[in-house]
Amino acid sequence: MHPRLRLTLMLAPAAAVIGGLFAGGLGLALVQSLGYFPPTGERSFTPAHYARLLSDGEFAASLALTFALASVATLISASAGLLAALALRELARRRPVFHTLLQMPLALPHLAMAVAVINVIAPSGLIARLAFAAGLIGEPADFPALVSDRYGIGILVAYVLKETPFIAVMTLAVLLRIGDEYEQCARTLGASAWQRLRYVTLPLVAPATVSAALVVFAFIFGAFEVPYLLGRPYPAMLSVIAQRRYMSTDLAERPEAVALAVVIAAVTGVLVWAYARLARAFAGGERPVLF
Amino acid sequence: MKRDNGTNGTERNKRKKSGFPFVSFRSVCSVISLQWAAGTVTAILALLPVALLGLWSIARGWYWPALLPREWSARAWGYVFAPESGIASALAMSAGIALAVTVLSLAVALPAARALALHEFSGKRLLLFALLLPVIAPPLASAMGVHALYLRYGLADTMAGVILVHLIPAAPYATLMLAGSFARFDTDYEAQARTLGASPLAVWRSVTLPAIAPGLAVAASFAFLISWSQYLTTVFIGGGRIVTLPLVLVAFQRGGDEAITAALSLVFLAPTLVVFATVARFLRQQH
Repeated sequence: MHPRLRLTLMLAPAAAVIGGLFAGGLGLALVQSLGYFPPTGERSFTPAHYARLLSDGEFAASLALTFALASVATLISASAGLLAALALRELARRRPVFHTLLQMPLALPHLAMAVAVINVIAPSGLIARLAFAAGLIGEPADFPALVSDRYGIGILVAYVLKETPFIAVMTLAVLLRIGDEYEQCARTLGASAWQRLRYVTLPLVAPATVSAALVVFAFIFGAFEVPYLLGRPYPAMLSVIAQRRYMSTDLAERPEAVALAVVIAAVTGVLVWAYARLARAFAGGERPVLF
Repeated sequence: MKRDNGTNGTERNKRKKSGFPFVSFRSVCSVISLQWAAGTVTAILALLPVALLGLWSIARGWYWPALLPREWSARAWGYVFAPESGIASALAMSAGIALAVTVLSLAVALPAARALALHEFSGKRLLLFALLLPVIAPPLASAMGVHALYLRYGLADTMAGVILVHLIPAAPYATLMLAGSFARFDTDYEAQARTLGASPLAVWRSVTLPAIAPGLAVAASFAFLISWSQYLTTVFIGGGRIVTLPLVLVAFQRGGDEAITAALSLVFLAPTLVVFATVARFLRQQH
């Protein structure tokens, strides 16, 4: 067989999934969001649905909430994950069980984490019961609303608990791979502990930590299950609004829902591009996967 | 190998001057206690969610303000596995879809991963990026677009339609994962086997497959898990007709039955824990 034909055949199924299902679906979504939606008799191409999103107060509030939550959750997870990786470095090398324990939350699906978090931080949850036992509150109503609250605290808690171990694992993988030769060398040259951290260790792990943080931001920006269970209807995160409008009995809302999904896809697409650029900078074999 | 215990030159000098020999011992202690504190927190955060879900699933009438359940009950577990609850069929549906997605993902991934790892061609970088996109970005928009097509060709509300949509994140992930395995594979072994007269099938069975088997197992398990944990795409494409485990889980959570929700969460996370326990060691070795 001609090598070129052979190569084409080898790549054909993957190209069908990417080009057909993924890109094709994305293209059809774009077409629908631009107003070609035969079920409601729309067959023209117009930016009207995007324009309506821009003047939509719910969209603005949702975009602000989504962006803020994704940023704060990513910042906290990245800082805590980096610190955890640095603190656990020696322990993970000597006792692999701690490496395993650090990886364990990665295996917990987001839905299961959301359920566990609700049971812990809800007004009648475990923390509220501990507060009652300590005499801090008298009844569930005294406990601050952390689930379905205005600021999405519950969503934040669930994501930080899920994503901190993810960033820690990605960072720790690099720390364990590079060993401590670089730091020992800096030490021999008279670098202080802080200088070693600032000028040797951090630059070495930064690509891994930052690229993991990009993945986390992109994931939270478009994720649905956690905000669906832990958030309130208004303001809701973008994907929750997209789902609600898409499932609405009023078919006229559908193109707007698709426009919302296209916006989410565009934002996450840019982030994945940034990740891909960054990931090339370090030769790590780590592949991110989030459930 | 000498460990970092915080004794650099200046500290040694200070110690000499102050005549206090335990400064470095104390700094060693603080480093050790810091890592053990971090280790303890890690252990608690890893085990607590599953332990709590387990407790909730067997508690009966665990009302405010009881810190621990007073009575126990197997009601939730009995309900989960009772034929009339329909949860068993959702479980079978989830497993069936995920298995089909796994097989199809591997069929897509095996040739593509080999091409990506062992051949040079134009557009390779673009293809790698295109494979990475659906792995990280949510499949919301593409699922909506595909849904429009499905409505026309009768794939909406069918198992086949759901399987195809789950392939969008699962197949690219399996491809990227396997490309890593093929990148470490030396094709000279295949050439040697061929020289010795092995048929293509024999080469694949006794040379290629054993070499990539660990990566293949990981790719298969993650393809399974990606499909297993899909919620929104199943809701869109399944249209309420295809009911998988996460859909039942969310319905019970919204319905407010904590015991059944906890039991379902445990059933839902069981395969991920099994996969994790099997592949964690392998992934560590790879790093």
